[in-house]
This record gives sequence, C-alpha cells and structure tokens, in this order.
Amino acid sequence: MRRIKVTVDGKTHEHEVEPRLLLIHYLREVLGIGGAHSGCDTSNCGACTILMNGESVKSCTVLAVQADGEDIMTVQGLAKNGEWHPVQTAFHEAHGLQCGYCTPGMIMATISLLKEKPNPSEEEIREGLEGNLCRCTGYENIVKAVKQAAGSPVS
Amino acid sequence: MKAESAPTRERPKILPSNPGKIGESRPRADGVPKVRGEFEYSSDLRVDGMLWGATLRSPHPHANIWSIDTAEAEDMPGVYSVLTHEDVPGRKVYGMEVPDQPVLAWEHVRYEGEPIAVVAADHPETARRALEKIAVDYEILDPITDPAEALREDTPKLHLSGNVLKEVHIKHGDVEATADVVVSGEYEVGMQDQAFLGPESGMAVPDGRGGVDLFISTQWLHIDRDQIAESLDLPPEDVRLTLSGVGGAFGGREDLSMQIHSCMLALDAGRPVKMMYNREESFYGHVHRHPCKMEYEHGADREGNLVYVKARLVFDGGAYASSSNAVCLNAGTFACGPYDVPNARIDSYMLYTNNPPCGAMRGFGAVQVCFAHETQMDKLANKLGMNPVELRLKNAMKPGDKFPFGQTVPEPAPVAEILERVENMPMPEEEEIIGRDLRRLPGGVSNVTRGEGVKRGVGYAVGYKNIGFSAGFDDYSTASIALSVEDGEPIIYVHTAAAEVGQGGVTLQAQISRTELGVENVAVLPADTRIGSAGSTSASRQSYVTGGAVKMACEAVRGKVFERVREEFGDEFGGELSMEDGSVLAGNRRIVALAELLENGGIEETVVYRHKPTYPLDENGQGDAHFQFAFAAHRAVVEVDEELGLVRVVEIATAQDVGKIMNPQSLEGQIQGGVAQGLGLALLEEIQMKDGKVQNASFTDYLLPTILDMPPVRMEVLELADPDSPYGLKGVGEPPTISSTPAIVAALRDATGRELNRVPVKPEQLAGIEGEPIRRAPQPGSRGPVADDLGSEA
Repeated sequence: MRRIKVTVDGKTHEHEVEPRLLLIHYLREVLGIGGAHSGCDTSNCGACTILMNGESVKSCTVLAVQADGEDIMTVQGLAKNGEWHPVQTAFHEAHGLQCGYCTPGMIMATISLLKEKPNPSEEEIREGLEGNLCRCTGYENIVKAVKQAAGSPVS
Repeated sequence: MKAESAPTRERPKILPSNPGKIGESRPRADGVPKVRGEFEYSSDLRVDGMLWGATLRSPHPHANIWSIDTAEAEDMPGVYSVLTHEDVPGRKVYGMEVPDQPVLAWEHVRYEGEPIAVVAADHPETARRALEKIAVDYEILDPITDPAEALREDTPKLHLSGNVLKEVHIKHGDVEATADVVVSGEYEVGMQDQAFLGPESGMAVPDGRGGVDLFISTQWLHIDRDQIAESLDLPPEDVRLTLSGVGGAFGGREDLSMQIHSCMLALDAGRPVKMMYNREESFYGHVHRHPCKMEYEHGADREGNLVYVKARLVFDGGAYASSSNAVCLNAGTFACGPYDVPNARIDSYMLYTNNPPCGAMRGFGAVQVCFAHETQMDKLANKLGMNPVELRLKNAMKPGDKFPFGQTVPEPAPVAEILERVENMPMPEEEEIIGRDLRRLPGGVSNVTRGEGVKRGVGYAVGYKNIGFSAGFDDYSTASIALSVEDGEPIIYVHTAAAEVGQGGVTLQAQISRTELGVENVAVLPADTRIGSAGSTSASRQSYVTGGAVKMACEAVRGKVFERVREEFGDEFGGELSMEDGSVLAGNRRIVALAELLENGGIEETVVYRHKPTYPLDENGQGDAHFQFAFAAHRAVVEVDEELGLVRVVEIATAQDVGKIMNPQSLEGQIQGGVAQGLGLALLEEIQMKDGKVQNASFTDYLLPTILDMPPVRMEVLELADPDSPYGLKGVGEPPTISSTPAIVAALRDATGRELNRVPVKPEQLAGIEGEPIRRAPQPGSRGPVADDLGSEA
C-alpha cells in the first residue's frame, strides 16, 4: 500500500492505495465519483477521460499512485457556483449526446483541445477527439457542440 | 401505490423541465445530469453493505458437463453465495420467444461464455478469485459452427427440437417464373456487435420478505420481470424492476444478461448484490447481429422490369433462440427490397449452432437482406446497361402494390421520391487527390502513399423495414398522466415503463404531454414495473406506441378537465374548449386557470394503447404481418486507396420519411448515429469467430467507427403522415442503419470494380489480395509478429 495525496475537483484527498490501483478505479470506487465512466478497460473508448494538471488523460491508463500530488479535474468539478462550463452548455444545447455514457470523457477531451486550440477547424476537432468513442450520435452533433463552445459559427 | 410494493431504494428526484411542444428542438431533459456527470448509470449503483456478483463462463463452445464442484469457492473468506443450476428455484431456462436458454448450464454448454455458476462476495476481486476455485469437469465436444452444416440431416442435434429453429417460406405469384435477364450472387454479412458504451450492470436488493427489487439497464422491464419471476418461482408482483441509467442498447439489452443471476444471489445472500460486466465479458454477455449467408437470383425483362426474385437465406442463430424467430420472419418478408416484385420465392432459415446466441440489433433482419438485394439491383443494372438509380425507380414499390408476403403497400410509401431526392442532392466538393493534406487521404496520416492509388466512387441503396412488433404479437404500451398543482403552478407527471436508452424517449413523452395539455412543467417519472408494460424500446416503436399511449392518456385527462369545467361553469362557451398556457380556453377566451380548477385535487388517468392488429404469415408466407413501414435511401461517396485497401467515406447523403418530425435535433441525432452503425458494418465491425470462439472481445480488436471515420451526413427528411399513427409519425431509429451499409459498399465497387459480396469489407479485398488474410500468430520462440510473417503473402 502507498499513501497518496490527490486534489480532485478542488478537494484534497489522502488515501492508502494498492500500487496497481488505476486512477479510474480510485476515482469511482474510493472517491465515489460516478461522472468518470469506464467503458472498455483497454484505453480505446475515452469514457474515463479526466484532466490531470489541465491536460486530458484517460484515467484507465494512469495509476492512482502516479496522480500523487497532482491536480485532477473530473466533469463533476466543472460547474462553478451552479454555472456550467461553456463546454457542458454546448453539449447540452447542440444535442451532442444521446445515452450520455461517452459525454464526460468527450467534455473533458474537448476542454483540453480548446485550451490548445481555442478556435479549432472541423478537422482539428475531429483529430482532437479521435481517442473518444461515441456509439450513439455519429459524432456530428459533438463536432457542433465543440464549435459552439469555441464560439465558432455552427453550420 | 400499495405499501408492500415500495422499493428498497429511493427513486432519484426528478426535476420538471419545460420540454417545448412537438416539432420543436429542445435540449434533452436528461442531458442536464448527463453533462454534469451526475446521471446515475446502472454501473454507478451502490448501497451500503452490497456484495459483488461474478459469473463463471464456459471456455468451450460445446461440451458435456460431468460435474461442478463449488466447495472450495464456498469456503473462501468474503464469499457469501455460490450458485449453480441446482439453485435455480423455478424454471431453469429463459428466453423471450422460446425458453431454451439455461439460467445456469447443466449437462451441456452450447457456446463459449455460457454461464455455469455465479458468486457473490464482499469485493469484486474476491468474487473473481472464487470463480477460479470452482472445478468443472468438461468433456469437450466438436462445435458445430457452420449453419449450413447444422442444417444437414446427419449433423448431431444441439437441441431436442433439432437444429432448425425457424423457417419461413414465402411464395408469391408464379414461383417458377423465368426471365430474359438473370443475375445471381452469394452474399454474406458478418456478426456485428451492438457495442453500447456502458457495459451490462445492475443491482438486486432483497426486500426481506422473499421478494426482490432490481435496478437494471434494459430495453424492456416487463419481459425481464416475467422471465425473472418464472425462474425465481415468485409471483410477478414480488419482482419489481426500476430502470437505471442505460448507456446505449441497440438491441443488445433486449435479452437477459445478469438479471436472474443477481436476483438469485441477492435472495440467497440476503444482501444487495451488484453485477457489472467489463468490456470483454460484455461481448459474451449479450446477443449479436445474426451472421447470414444469402443466395439470390433476380430475373427481369430487357427494359429492366423485375420479373422475379428467388432468395435462400441461412442465418446463424447461435446456441439459443433469443429473438431469432422474428429476425427470420423479418428477413423473409423484406428479402426483395422496396420493389414491386410480381413473383418471388423466399426461403429463410434460422439455425442453431455453437456460436454465440444472436438476436436483436438495430435493423433486425432487414439489414442483412438489404445488403444482398441492393447488390443484386446494382448487378442487374450493370447487366442491363442501366443507371442503378433508374432501375430502382422503375421498380420502386407504390401504395396499392402487393408486398411479396401478400399485404397491400399502404400510404405513404415514397420509395421513388426518396431515391430521387438523394440522387439530386448536391455532391460533396471534390478535392484534388495529389497534393492534398495527407490527413484527408484514405487512412489519414497512416496512408504511406501520396494518394497515387486513390479512386473515388458513388453508390446508392434504398431499404425499408417494419416498425413495431409484427405477425400477431399483442403490441401495446401503458401510460399514466397526472395533472396537478404544486406551489400554485400546474405540473404534469408522466409515468410509463418505456426504457430510455439514449434515443430521447423521455423528452418526447414530455413534449407530447406539454403539447396536449398546454402545461409547461412536465416531470417524467422513472420507468418501472409499478405501471403496466410499455413494450420494448426496440423495433423503432416507442415514439409510436408509448408516444401514442402518452397522447391518449393526455386526451383522457383533458376530457376530465373539460368535464370539471362544464360542472363549474356550465357548457355555454361560444367556442371549442382547449388547454393552453396553464389555462382552459374557449376559443381565445380564458375560462379558468388550471391552478384554480385543480386546487382541490388533480386528475390522473392511466390508459393502454394498441396499434392496429397484425397477423401471422400462413404456410405460403402470406399475411398482413406488419402495421407500419419506414423507408430510407442513402448515397455514399467514398475514396479508396487501391494499393493499401484503405477507405475514406467522404459523405453520406440520405432521405428518409418520418411522417412527422417530433424533435428535429433528436431526429438528426438518430439518423447520424444510425448511419455510423451502418458504416461500421460496411467497413469495420465484425466479431471474428474461430471454431466457435470469439477472437476479438475488446475495443482494441473490435473496431468501432471513430470521429475520423464518420463523415457528415447530408439529409432530407420527408413528413408524409401515416393516417393510423399518433401525429402521423413513423419510427425513425432503424432505417438509417439499413441501406447505409449497401450504399457504401456500392460506392466501393464503383471505385474499384471489385465484387465485394461480404461485409464488413476488408482492406485485403479492396487491395485485391487473394486467399486467407495474413496470419499474425506468433512463431514459437518469438515474442510476437516479425517482419517475415507480415509481408510474405502480400
């Protein structure tokens, strides 16, 4: 067991964890954060995407011990004082979701993408979200949501 | 509500939304918790003191079981329950149409992954370790993996009833008809997976009085409940189901997965039990789309008028029945496509094998035959020297024609119109191949050429399918509408058992209620078995059937409101009564606010809605089997790198008749998402089987379309009202998945000139590599594939 201290959604937690515990399981099972989803176990689907020090990572590819001392943000920490993050609003309004299982990961990946490229082209949006699978939408409304969040004209 | 039916777990609080009226795009009500990460999926369920369930599955596709020894597992610390077939209290088999599937296997296993024992423990890892301690003595048998072999008389029988699960024979007109121009072909569709993103999960909670509450992601609560109750030997009222958040379904949640298992464990252990499959187990935990081999012959005159179609369809049903009977019937009835075919002979067979059980997936029997009949139409056009769209237009079915199964084609049936529309839509811009950004080449940056071998192609296809349950099935839905006043404002509570699986049904129910009763606050209660069945969220049926039930219940409530108005205010209003803006109006004049009228008590009405009856097919495959038909046409533009076998789908264009647009944004999402699954079947998705074993049970090896694979969809939507349906609407979920696949393959043929008679199309087919795909099995002593193994056959 190893002791870790992690800031998640602005709150600091300290726990003894097994060195092999994955960050996704730490978030879900230890901290009870249901908003980080597990969809494939093989780092293909991206439903578990979170921000680590502001960068998107698939939390099934990170060990909890690697997050020691780091700052983690999940979809559940995005809203501030009841105000949604613009990417949340855009996914809701542009119908960028159906079953919603991929949505937390898509939103976190989008936030990371827009930080790197505040005004991405459609091509850049698609490249930026290539690691996140959605089985429901056919992706078109997700692209629209990202455009809306970036303040680009949505065709 | 009766006190004894109170669930052991509280309902989540439902916030009312202002859903807007039908015809408006409104964000989904469930989108709020979904974008906040607060929506509770079945995988998120937890209660204090719960145990974790796990399932022991057969590693063999076909074996006898001589013994199962659970003693060592039972002795493990932390293990609360270990159950086998001996512990199933009631019926030891289950199944929606044919109860032939063991809850837990005894004596035989018939597919790889068949459940044999279940365990509940205080930690998921303990549960998994306990599975390893269960000793099963197998006698391994040769699996029957080829449906054609299963069909032969001398093949051993997998079930007492034989290996033929179902056959449908359709004889239409002169089955011996001959024609001047004949084309034939053999076609094959591989096994597609629904691959919903949220794996199977649920939690069973014992109520302490012998009954159980199950919180589960499913498509049809009541058929689950009835099967669970049979196997638990409990009256249905002691098995209460509540839908928990569903991470997609697409047919894969219509059959049971862990429903009975988790309830058995919870009742045995006396503690709540949660079960959750991981992705690998999910591939074994649900049915798949049926693989199918199809032999076709089309005859036409020299002008291109179809004279006859003959087809022989052989479906691999896998080990157990699931909904295969209905798939076999659907495929038979739609085998000729949406064309006026004067003579037809269709033989559709469904076989048991030792492959995974196959059942419902979006498109349900229409997908397989559409690939074949549309390929045949292209072949025929080619032989006649005709434009493939012109040939289709010439033969397009019209209202008043006869389907090959004898039913009259109803109004509307706009086959020619949707084809003309997709043909006339603007083509996507064509960018010079050489010199373009490499990311826009087929394969993107993994394309190692400069695009010298890239060719463009265009293909068309049209398909159709029934909406709802057919062939005499009593297909209905139940809805309850309660109109009351809270905090001085009128509010509508909608209650049905219809499963929201992502399709947008909850929002649609709210929109219908809002429209019918003129009240802005609408709360849709969680779907559960406290109310009567809504039927399945499948067959594109919920908008029609549950939508119809909600509309009818609103009409009943409205009738009661008007009665109350007449009681209080007489019946001389000088205008028709209506409800709008939270008030009752007569003409434009406000009579009374609902807040006032309902001050001393609300109104609640529960109704059951049925569409018009359908009938089984007779021995010649004739009958009024279906009650609604939905049509869509697709045009695909592709680019193929012929050297590398890589594909870029440039654009999909589609025209679809939906009767009435209920929520434009939601509709577009259904069409785009359905097309993506059709694209997956055309190019990527197949569960690869070898000797009855799944070779690719992961998203690393089962390839789903990514955001880079899926192009924009250009769409035109027709609103030709169905006179029988609520608001004239038609089911919309499945048609996008049916003809998108053959349109893409037609475009690939146009680009390459190759035959491509099997989907998914593989790169080696496009690159013209003969024979078996390259084997990448590691050599003894090597750590993995080496260069010599890879390149030699190419």
